[in-house]
Amino acid sequence: MKALFSLAVHSAWNRRFVLSLVMLSIALSTFLLLGIERIRSDVRENFSQSVSGTDLIVGARTGSVQLLLYSVFRIGSATNNIRWSSVQAVGQHKAVAWTVPISLGDSHRGFAVVGTSRGYFEHFRYGDQQPLVVEKGKPFEAVFDAVLGAEVAERLGYVIGDHVVLSHGDGKMSANDHADKPFTVVGILQRTGTPVDRSVHIGLDGMEAIHLDWVAGAPLPGMAVPADQVSRYDLTPKKVTALLVGLKSRAAVFSVQRSISEFEGEPLMAILPGVALDELWDVVGIGERGLLAMSLLVSLVSLAGLVAVITAGLDQRRRELAILRALGAGPRQILWLLALEGTLVTLCGLLIGAGICAMAIAALGDVSGSRLGVALHLQAPSLSEWALLSGVLASGVVASLVPGWRAYRLSLIDGLSPRI
Amino acid sequence: MSSSTEEASLLSINGMRFRWPKASTDCLVIDSFDLRRGETTFLRGPSGCGKSTLLSLVAGVLTPDQGTVRLLGHDWRQLSSARRDRLRADHVGYIFQQFNLLPYLSVLDNVLLACRFSARRAGQAGDVRQTAQGLLERVGLKAPEWRRHASDLSVGQQQRVAAARALIGRPDLVIADEPTSALDEALRESFMDLLLQVCADAGSALLFVSHDARLASRFQRQLDLTSINQVVAAAEVTP
Repeated sequence: MKALFSLAVHSAWNRRFVLSLVMLSIALSTFLLLGIERIRSDVRENFSQSVSGTDLIVGARTGSVQLLLYSVFRIGSATNNIRWSSVQAVGQHKAVAWTVPISLGDSHRGFAVVGTSRGYFEHFRYGDQQPLVVEKGKPFEAVFDAVLGAEVAERLGYVIGDHVVLSHGDGKMSANDHADKPFTVVGILQRTGTPVDRSVHIGLDGMEAIHLDWVAGAPLPGMAVPADQVSRYDLTPKKVTALLVGLKSRAAVFSVQRSISEFEGEPLMAILPGVALDELWDVVGIGERGLLAMSLLVSLVSLAGLVAVITAGLDQRRRELAILRALGAGPRQILWLLALEGTLVTLCGLLIGAGICAMAIAALGDVSGSRLGVALHLQAPSLSEWALLSGVLASGVVASLVPGWRAYRLSLIDGLSPRI
Repeated sequence: MSSSTEEASLLSINGMRFRWPKASTDCLVIDSFDLRRGETTFLRGPSGCGKSTLLSLVAGVLTPDQGTVRLLGHDWRQLSSARRDRLRADHVGYIFQQFNLLPYLSVLDNVLLACRFSARRAGQAGDVRQTAQGLLERVGLKAPEWRRHASDLSVGQQQRVAAARALIGRPDLVIADEPTSALDEALRESFMDLLLQVCADAGSALLFVSHDARLASRFQRQLDLTSINQVVAAAEVTP
């Protein structure tokens, strides 16, 4: 076997140009396969890390996935808000330990603005029950205080004391800027790797204040309220987008969920974040499987290329097979020689592909974290990645048996006199 | 068969008949043919008379339809194909007409290849590298050439490397299938000198097949394949 191995290596090296092309195609398909798998698992990881310790999320009636997406991930927007009276009613439920209201809709240079209460910094948890940490400064107190997520501060270069102007909606129209009421940065949060990093947090009173002189999404002409006058007004919010709810005991989660959905003041719904996340994966899973199937097909195509190249080369190697036969190599050894060659090419392709994938993640992982919100981590291959790699290797071995079998047949037919 | 002839007999063919699959007539019919240990035999025959087929039968790559071909008392037909391959690796050195070497191996590795497939020949060679180097020097290839790729050598050099490979580990039988037909006259003479000498050194029998009758006188025994192959004899007798 050792002799065969060394022969296979030398023989493959002799045809390194053609074989390296095949190897490259296997490497690229491996890169594709591993890359998709890694993105898939890291996206899931990122999503499931984004909220923890919140038992229920309450919002206006909509799809549970939609509510989860806009309340936690700032993806999409709410179709309806919930009244402040409802927020208060939920907060008074005897099983409820805390509530954190969330008011969305404004933005600052592409980053979402989250109007919330001070309880947010106290109760919100991410990852493995980790609390938010104010790295610099303090949580907001005054009406026009803002606390920035780590990514916002870093990307826009803000420090404590800077002034920021929020925009109504997505900020695409400068006429919608709340330029008359700038906010002061009072705190910057530690990086969490969740959507919190990309949020600007302000108090609900601040959110109310910048919209005092607005009606139906546009400033009222001639009704401008100067920033120093806002304290004369009642800054209690009238509506919020969603409500994060923590319970005294998790055991009560379903009864609270039911009583919220039966709330008589207005139509509400409450979702369990974990359950909604599972629903989301059910939807996303179809696409994921499609991508995976596609990249598996690409792998198959590259293995087909391997079979074609080695088999096509065999006719020029019939003399070589006859020499080996004369030296005492059996047809079975000839078969293994060819199978070994294909296996080696597959193995090298896999290793190169895994290497490219690791390098790409090392080089681009941070960029994708800040641009796409999905941080990719360099780590040892996961179980599913090992499964994919060994699956491709096993297919490569099986595919290599095809030229192996052909060589076996040829060596039997030719014996010592190859018909070239 | 007495025990003394059994000992001396390296190869014996008895009542052998071989026909290629799908062929309508026999290719070879040989009543009796023997080679003794250490004997050098010149087998002459025109092209297409079944010389290569006979050599494949002798080397156990093909087996006869009837009769026996025995090497060292082993009937090729009685052996499994794996045993046949091992017996060939252990006892037979083979030199083709040309293109004997694997182009992607060095000269030295080509010679060593014979020992890779046969533990017996590796054992008989002792220190295989040293023996291979000695043989290469013996056939006139100096140290700088050992590392070269086989494909970089001239045809004459390649045939000499093939001779070294066929003889490493002192196989009992060396089969040479027109090994000089690609060489010019001067090279042919020196190659023949060398081949016969190293065979004698190793004590190996040599079965040399060629259509070039000028070489015949150098051998202990000369035979014409047409005279022992009854297919050809019959074809020649019947007009």
